[in-house]
Amino acid sequence: MPNLPPGVNRKDFQDAIAQFQMAVGKEWVFTSDEDVELYRDSYSPFWHEPEDPVPSAAVAPDGVEQVQQIVRIANKYKVPLWTVSTGKNLAYGGSAPRLSGSVVLDLKRMNRILEVNDRNHYALVEPGVSYFDLYRYTQEKGLNVFIDAPDPGWGSPVGNTLDRGGGHTPLRDHFATLCGMEVVLANGDVVRTGMGALPNSRTWQQYKYGFGPYVDGIFTQSNFGIVTKMGVWLYPMPEMRFTGTVSVPKHDDLIPMVDTLSYLMNSNIVQGTTRVASSLTAQARDAELIALRSKPGGAAVPELEDYLRRKSLPYWSIDLPFYGPTEVVPAQWAFAKRKFSAIPGVQFRDGATNKLPPSAEDLAKVANTVPLGVPSLAIFSALGPNGQGHIDLSPITPMTGQAVFEVMEVFDKVLQEMGITNVGVVPAGTYYPRSFFFLFTFPIEHDVEKNRETRAAFRRLVQVAAEHGWGEYRTHIAFMDDVANTYSFNNHALLRLHETLKDALDPNGILSPGKSGIWPKHLRKART
Amino acid sequence: MTRMCLVMALLAPIAGPAFAADQSQADRGHEVYQKWCTPCHGTGLGKPGTSSAAAHGAKPAVLEQRTDLTSKMIETAVRNGYYFMPRFRKTEISDADLAAIISYLAHK
Repeated sequence: MPNLPPGVNRKDFQDAIAQFQMAVGKEWVFTSDEDVELYRDSYSPFWHEPEDPVPSAAVAPDGVEQVQQIVRIANKYKVPLWTVSTGKNLAYGGSAPRLSGSVVLDLKRMNRILEVNDRNHYALVEPGVSYFDLYRYTQEKGLNVFIDAPDPGWGSPVGNTLDRGGGHTPLRDHFATLCGMEVVLANGDVVRTGMGALPNSRTWQQYKYGFGPYVDGIFTQSNFGIVTKMGVWLYPMPEMRFTGTVSVPKHDDLIPMVDTLSYLMNSNIVQGTTRVASSLTAQARDAELIALRSKPGGAAVPELEDYLRRKSLPYWSIDLPFYGPTEVVPAQWAFAKRKFSAIPGVQFRDGATNKLPPSAEDLAKVANTVPLGVPSLAIFSALGPNGQGHIDLSPITPMTGQAVFEVMEVFDKVLQEMGITNVGVVPAGTYYPRSFFFLFTFPIEHDVEKNRETRAAFRRLVQVAAEHGWGEYRTHIAFMDDVANTYSFNNHALLRLHETLKDALDPNGILSPGKSGIWPKHLRKART
Repeated sequence: MTRMCLVMALLAPIAGPAFAADQSQADRGHEVYQKWCTPCHGTGLGKPGTSSAAAHGAKPAVLEQRTDLTSKMIETAVRNGYYFMPRFRKTEISDADLAAIISYLAHK
């Protein structure tokens, strides 16, 4: 028995399904409980709870014309569609809809790599293409390009870019690599953005902006259209990757250390994702440190500095990734060392050097190959052998040492108050330029009570972060309203603008209702 | 014609097509397995499915080396997920592809 979309009667739903079948073939419309179950979120924070969203059906087109037909049918019967590309956006909802009863528009079959150009370094792909697919293609064709994949390689360049995901190498800010889209609007019209609007354009994937307003951004993290093609820039294959480690001895050294990192990153000398690490994290189970921290009032900073000095450990360290020509990378590292040398007591260590593209022999020695331009699933090892899933809180903060101190202090306090001890923390990552990205990973289990606690903690931290001026960059479908509500300047002026666009572009509200907190008029609740 | 060739020629009309169909299914299964399963369940570093299986005492931990996997076990894992392994939809691994994976693993 299908879980009908809200406000759609059984007869209309059945008629819509019959017409979807006519459009894409019966084989590609999924309505049985068994098939629909496959679209639920494998990492749902609502396991075994009635709030866990369940689609009514799924429809899988094979091309843009079929997508056009589907939106026209959905408009006729006011059936909501929830669009996924590869459907592997785990920790953010996977292939499940925000609104239970939506029909999942599954674009996985649209998996054509239309072009990869290694003279101007770009690709034009459909939404069902994964990073693994793109990598295999470039290998088979022997193309001189380097792929920046997010941690799990089964995601798609289209989906990850639309969700504004990040990677590890010079082109890690994926939205910044976007160059031209094809979008099906809610009325079935097909739009090409940028130079793609010019019939017979020769530069759709080379020049982003075209003429007039630049609209590509409104189709990211949104529900204003269905992206059926996208251009993404790729990096020319660098000759090598090298990492050098910088370490400093004192707590307050982090301030000049981050300022120097910022200078080097904004100068494009350091070109990959890194993060701030502390020896105190690695030493967390050391009996002496535990005793020091357990005394009344906790450990004072000078005591921690003294503890680390006696163990010959730095207070902070950062691994700096460099990509480029073999003549240039050593010069970049030498320059970075000169800049960091202003900090008394700084130390440097040479790390791994990898020739690119990596040989099979080199790849076999590396657990996570993503920084070497080779998609992987190694990241899932971080969940441990018994892991059942996770959701991630990831506030964006200023790129300063003071911000790192403040974020850690504020979040530690709230997590302690709530008795939450199982959160994995990756502090101060550099996935995006000019800001830090903190990652708090909450485990998801098939345990109702634990998931309730996790959701409460997650929501509390979203609020606390917002009160301090730190906003989430992306979130799981369960928290989209919470996060959207924190972007509330001038009585939610931005959300009101999004709703104005939604009403104009999709008056029947058929496209991904609730995505990023944007609801169609008939489902919009009064904001408090 | 040698005696062995004669035997083969006589058997071919009877055993050939069935064997060829099984082999073709297994070959297809190998292809699908390489694409969908190896990134997590292969050999070497950075294969979380293999690490997880090892932690749970599976010997061997690499799926391709196991001889105790039943069709039901494979189907259940692919369609229901297992620990952090998510469900796979039919647009990713079709029923035919799943049958091919099962055939491939059964031929190991």
